[in-house]
Amino acid sequence: MVRVDAKANGNSLVQVRDLDKKYQRGSEEIHVLQGLNLDVGAGEFVAFMGPSGSGKTTLLNLLGGLDLPTSGSIKVAGDEITHMSANKLTAWRARHVGFIFQMYNLIPVLTAFQNVELPLLLTRLSKAERRQHVETALAVVGLSDRMKHYPRQLSGGQEQRVAIARAIVADATFLLADEPTGDLDRKSAGEIMDLLERLVHEHAKTLLMVTHDPRAAERAHVVLHLDKGVLVEGGAGGGGEA
Amino acid sequence: MRFFRLIWANLLRKKIRTTLTIGSFMVALFLYGLLVAIRAAFGGNSDVAGVDRLNVINKTSLIMPLPFSYRDRLANMPGISGVTFASWFGGVYQDEKNFFPQFAVDADTWLKVYSEFVVPEAEKKAFLADRQGCLVGRKLAKRFGFKVGDRIPLRGTIWPGTWEFNVRGIYDGNRPEVDTTPLLFRNDYLEERRSFSKGMVGWYVVKLANPDDAVKITKAIDDAFANSPYETLTQTEKAFAASFAKQMGNIEFLVLVIGSVVFFTLLLVAGNTMAIAVRERTPELAVLKTVGFTDVGVLGLVMAETLIIAGQGGALGLLLAKFFTLGGDPTGGFLGNFYLGWGSLGLGLALALAVGIVSGILPAVSAMRLKVVDALRRV
Ligand SMILES: Nc1ncnc2c1ncn2[C@@H]1O[C@H](COP(=O)(O)OP(=O)(O)OP(=O)(O)O)[C@@H](O)[C@H]1O
Ligand SMILES: [Mg+2]
Repeated sequence: MVRVDAKANGNSLVQVRDLDKKYQRGSEEIHVLQGLNLDVGAGEFVAFMGPSGSGKTTLLNLLGGLDLPTSGSIKVAGDEITHMSANKLTAWRARHVGFIFQMYNLIPVLTAFQNVELPLLLTRLSKAERRQHVETALAVVGLSDRMKHYPRQLSGGQEQRVAIARAIVADATFLLADEPTGDLDRKSAGEIMDLLERLVHEHAKTLLMVTHDPRAAERAHVVLHLDKGVLVEGGAGGGGEA
Repeated sequence: MRFFRLIWANLLRKKIRTTLTIGSFMVALFLYGLLVAIRAAFGGNSDVAGVDRLNVINKTSLIMPLPFSYRDRLANMPGISGVTFASWFGGVYQDEKNFFPQFAVDADTWLKVYSEFVVPEAEKKAFLADRQGCLVGRKLAKRFGFKVGDRIPLRGTIWPGTWEFNVRGIYDGNRPEVDTTPLLFRNDYLEERRSFSKGMVGWYVVKLANPDDAVKITKAIDDAFANSPYETLTQTEKAFAASFAKQMGNIEFLVLVIGSVVFFTLLLVAGNTMAIAVRERTPELAVLKTVGFTDVGVLGLVMAETLIIAGQGGALGLLLAKFFTLGGDPTGGFLGNFYLGWGSLGLGLALALAVGIVSGILPAVSAMRLKVVDALRRV
C-alpha cells in the first residue's frame, strides 16, 4: 500500500505527514518540500521521479535520518525520527536503513568483504557471525568470488553490487537508493535493477528509489513524482497499484 | 580491536606520506633524546641529585675555599648525619684535551655520604691504606683503559708539579645516571704536598638525617658561619648542580629553546598532514556516519590514526637515541656523563603523543562535525 494523501489507515511502515524542508541560501529561502505526505507499506517498491532540483535527494535524506526537516513528522515502524537526538538517530539509522548511492561510496582502502562488513562492526556480532553475514550478503548480490577485491579492481556494476550488499548486510528495515543506476551503462543498470527487484520479491525488502531512468522506474510497484514540493501519483510501474 | 583494520588501512592509504610523518616524529624525538643527554652531561640532570644532601660553599664564590675546621662544627650540628668535603684539583692527564674532573676528597667519609658510588670492599680497603691511592669511575676507566694497580700521572695546574696516583679501585654507580667520569683521590695527600691553601677545602657536603629538614638546616648552617671571614652559602644538591651547570653557559635554556622549536615544527607538520588526510577523505567519513558510526566514533578513528603515527615515530626516535647514547660520549670526553634515562624516554614518548593529540584534534573535530548530507553533496 502506497498513498500520498495522508489517508492511510495507520499501519504503514513509513508514514510521512506535512513534511516541510526549507534551505537558506544567503537571503534567499528555498522551500523544497512543502507539506509532503507519504505512506509506504512493508515490502513495497517505490520509485521517486522529478526534475533536477525538485527535492528527491532531500526527501530520501530525511527518510533515512541523515537530515532533519523544518517541520512535519516521519514515523518508521512506529518510531518518530524527527525528534531523536543525533546519537539516537545514528543508532536508529544503523539498525533500520540501508543506503545505496549513485557513486557507490565504497571505502577504497577496504576490500569488498571489509566494505560490506563495516555496518556490522558496530553490532555485537562475533567475528565468525560477521563473516557469515557478509558472505551471505555477497552471495545474494552474486559477488562471492570477489570478496578480496578492492573497489578499484571492480567494474562500476560490481561496485554497486558491493554497495547493495553493504546496505542489506545488517538486515535493514528498508532500503533507500538515490539514482543507483545513474552512473552505469544500460546493461549494468539492468543487472542492478534485476538485483533490486529480487531483493523486493525474494527477500521481502522495502525499497524507496530515486531515479531519472524510466526503465528503472518501470520496475517499481509505484512511481511517484515530486512536483512543487509534494508527491503526486503518476502512472504505476509494472508491479502493483497506487 | 575490530576497528583496527579500518585504521590500519587508512594509514597505509598513502604509504609515503605516513612514512614521512612517522619519520618526522622519529627525527624530532631522536633530537630530543640527544638534547636530554647533553643536558645531563652538563650536570643539569637533577634526577641524580640526592634529596638528603646539602652543599656548603663559600658565599663569595664556588672557587673560594672554606676552612678545614668547619668539618667538626658541621658534624656537631643537630639533624646532620654525615659530613664530607672535596676540592677541585684541575690536573691534566697527558694532554689538555683529555679533560676529566678530579676531586681531592675526604677518604674516610666520602663514600659514606655518596652512597650511590659502589666500590668492592677490598678495593675500598686498598684505597684507604694508600696515601697516593685513587678511585676512578667506570666510564673514566673505560675511556683510558685504567686498571687497578695502574699509576696515573697528572700535571697540576693549580698546585704545580707532577702528581702520581695509584689506581686502587674502580667505582660504579648504583644507577646508570650516576656520573662515573671523575677521579677521586685523598685529600691528605694533597694537603701534604701542596704549598698553599693548606688547611682549606673546596666545599662541604652534609647528609641530612631527615630530608624534610633541608630548609631549616640550610638556614642554620649559613647563620652559624655568618659574620665570619668565611661565610657560607648552603644549597640543596639539586640547586648546586643547577648553578654549577650555569657556569658552563645557559645550557638549560639552549636545550629548552631548541627542543621547543623542534616540537613546534613537528606540530605544524603533523597537523598539516592530518588535516589533508581528513579533507581528502570527507566522502568516506560521511559514508561511515551513514552506516552508523557516531560523530565521536569518527573522531576516535582520526585520533587513533595520529596517535599510532606519533607513538610509532616517537618510540623509534627514542630507541635510536637510546642506542646512540649507549655508545657513550660521542665527543670523547667533552660530554662526560652522556646518558639518556628511562624517565626521560617516558617523558619523550608522552611529548610525542601530546603532539599527536594536539595536531590531530582539529582535523578530528572537523571530521566529527561533518554533516553527512553536506559531505555527500560535495562528492
Ligand atoms: N544544503 C543545502 N543548502 C541550500 N540549498 C540546498 C541544500 N541542499 C539542497 N539544496 C537545494 O534544494 C533543492 C533540492 O535539492 P535536491 O538535491 O534534493 O534535488 P534532487 O531532486 O535530488 O536533484 P537531482 O535530480 O539533481 O539530484 C535544490 O534547489 C538544491 O539546490
Ligand atoms: Mg539528487
